[in-house]
Amino acid sequence: MSWEQTFGIWLAAAFTLGIVSFLYRDNIFYKVCEAIFVGSSAGYWFVTYFWDNLYRKFYLQAFDPVSPHIAPWVGFILGVLMLTRLFGAKIAWLSRWPLAFIIGATAGVYMMFYFVSNAMLQIGASIKPVFVGSFGDIVSNVLIAAGTFCGLVYFFFSKEHKGVFGGAARVGIWFLMVTFGASFGYTVMSRMSLMLGRLDFLFGDWLRLIS
Amino acid sequence: MRTREIIAFFALIALILLAKYVLPHPMQFSPTLSLIIIILLSLTFIIIGVLTLQGKFVERRIVFIYVGAALTLPFFMQIELEVPISPEVQSAYDQIESLNPGSKILAAFDYDPPSAPELQPMADAFMKYCFHKGIKVIIMGLWPQGPQQAGQSVEAAFEDDPALRDKIRYGVDYVNLGFQSGNEFVILRMGESFKAMFPADIYGTPYDSIPILRNVKNYSNIDYCMNFSAGKPGTQEWVQGAVDRFGLKLSAGNTAVQAPMIYPYLQAGQLDGLMGGMAGAAEFEKLTGYKDKATTFIKSQSFAHIVVIVFIIIGNMAFLRGKTERKVK
Repeated sequence: MSWEQTFGIWLAAAFTLGIVSFLYRDNIFYKVCEAIFVGSSAGYWFVTYFWDNLYRKFYLQAFDPVSPHIAPWVGFILGVLMLTRLFGAKIAWLSRWPLAFIIGATAGVYMMFYFVSNAMLQIGASIKPVFVGSFGDIVSNVLIAAGTFCGLVYFFFSKEHKGVFGGAARVGIWFLMVTFGASFGYTVMSRMSLMLGRLDFLFGDWLRLIS
Repeated sequence: MRTREIIAFFALIALILLAKYVLPHPMQFSPTLSLIIIILLSLTFIIIGVLTLQGKFVERRIVFIYVGAALTLPFFMQIELEVPISPEVQSAYDQIESLNPGSKILAAFDYDPPSAPELQPMADAFMKYCFHKGIKVIIMGLWPQGPQQAGQSVEAAFEDDPALRDKIRYGVDYVNLGFQSGNEFVILRMGESFKAMFPADIYGTPYDSIPILRNVKNYSNIDYCMNFSAGKPGTQEWVQGAVDRFGLKLSAGNTAVQAPMIYPYLQAGQLDGLMGGMAGAAEFEKLTGYKDKATTFIKSQSFAHIVVIVFIIIGNMAFLRGKTERKVK
């Protein structure tokens, strides 16, 4: 292993330990590591977007010696207009044009995306025969039907949650709680996986205690 | 800095030097020693439980140490853990397994190094499986570091079986198209033309001169798609933009954080299969036969889960004790 690689591994190990030291309490090592991480991340993203967007998508296409494109100039001008808010209130209103373009385009695409994928197809998948298949399938179908119905009842605020209606809403809350619990459990799993990645690095690449 | 913190700092340095220069490399515990360690840890839990009932609560740092130990010790333990296969991972595997040699699969690597512990093992197993089965892989990424992670998977496949270095040719059996910014708009545009979004591969080779991409115009020329995703843009955007709009067949490997949000798509049949988190990765490794890091990591994760559950029970014991005391007062 070259000395550059060795130095890199020791540096990464020091940063890992510095960040983990926060578990004991806030300290100067943690603060230094955090500041370096935030700074290098910001620099990385700036460089990435500069070369990918401004250079590759704009410069190379707009100044193509064979067939220069005009379309990239539209994006460039909109981008420049976005910066007008930095130069006083008199011309700041120009920044609304690119914002209007972004909001309009994004809303249009998302409306289509979510209406089809998250609304219609999901509703379609929820409406299905309950008593078909194995016993497990039937239980699963009943739970989906009951959970969907009771969940919707909980979010229906035009009627007071009392009596049978209130009971259904309470069952809806239980379904929601189970969903949040599953989501939280998965999140804990994910955080442990992140820690495992660092431990694998510390005990494997750095200390070489594991093969 | 207090005296005990300075002592702890030097103790850490001493431990590092001990681990680096004195302990055997690699270090492994025998099954008997592993069992003894597990029993000792269990006994300490009983002690903590008794102390809690007596009103002597442990501080949070003790919990951190236990979780850390539960994550670390299984690295050295020679124990096997059964990994049951879930239907969603089986389905993802079956879809790839059903592809014929020569089929083209689009592999979207939408993650970065922080999510690699969960997603890299499944990506590595996927790449090894595709190369051995003769499936052609078209790599791309909507995250800047995604194609680099894919490069690591390719390298892992070559290291696992050096014969693949001669057998698998870049541009013919796989290609790395690199990163393209634009999130879901890239997915939409690819539905009409891959070339419009990726005029050249990651090395600058023009699209038309790459053999694997001949006759690949859009999703209709792709046999299957596998997405490794850690967030946005990721599986949700692929389902919305490519599956529901262009009829692309898709399976996904997700971080555990993201998996619960993706399950509804699986239930609705918009997604064929799903590998969620480390468990999904371990299952996929088992199915493909390329057992690697996820199979090891899942042991640590299972141990840590047990520790968390025990501490939840201990925490509730403390809560109930406090409640009883308040009632008595």
